[in-house]
Amino acid sequence: MTALPELHRQLDEMRPALLRFAMLQLRNQTHAEDVVQEALLAILEKPDNFSGKSSLRTYVIGILKFKIIDLLRLSGREIQLADSEDSDQSEAELIDSLFRADGHTHQDASAWGSPHGTLEQKDFFRTLEICLEKLPAQTSRVFMMREWLELSTEEICKELDITTSNLWVLLYRARLRLRECLDLNWFGNLAK
Amino acid sequence: RFFYTCKQAHQMLSEGMDRQLSVAERAQLKLHLSMCRSCTNFSGQMRLLREAMKKMSKDGGNE
Repeated sequence: MTALPELHRQLDEMRPALLRFAMLQLRNQTHAEDVVQEALLAILEKPDNFSGKSSLRTYVIGILKFKIIDLLRLSGREIQLADSEDSDQSEAELIDSLFRADGHTHQDASAWGSPHGTLEQKDFFRTLEICLEKLPAQTSRVFMMREWLELSTEEICKELDITTSNLWVLLYRARLRLRECLDLNWFGNLAK
Repeated sequence: RFFYTCKQAHQMLSEGMDRQLSVAERAQLKLHLSMCRSCTNFSGQMRLLREAMKKMSKDGGNE
């Protein structure tokens, strides 16, 4: 077990990153600060629960994810972020703009190389966070629920009261936008 | 249509991350990928994105 003052110091160091992750999911500063505070308090109240089998960081992020899921379940519908029809239309237009009328891409996708090297680079994750911040709110929430909170498609549909086909469309749009953003800002492939 | 366009292939590659594709869908996707380097690269990009999110989900990435 980590000594309490040392645990305090380490948690304090992690706090900005935890807030960023909570903000990516919740898009609300107050809610984000609340869940981070609750997660840190839960850890400090029962420091013996951290067995050291995983890193402290992995343990803390796991607790934070549970706190975010709890919040979404308690008030999910209330804090739902409605995308307007206008933004829905502009999203569809954005995707259409990537393809020619015959359904083929305007520009060939480039190879990004081995994931191993990329995923070892700290700056890559900062770029990915920036790309996630740029996603429309509802698209971002759905993508983070699926890929960061690792909820099943059934759970997400139930929490947000959307159909599976609607969910697949939102996830597809999120992935296309993130691909475009990473391609430009990390892999350096300028659109022709 | 028997042959997927790139747009359909991209959508199927994404949906395949969230649901089990049917035998017919998998066959059409495989056929398209066998003829299209761009979509094969796109498939690799989707895999990297998922691995990156898995890592971010586990430990926040490399901090």
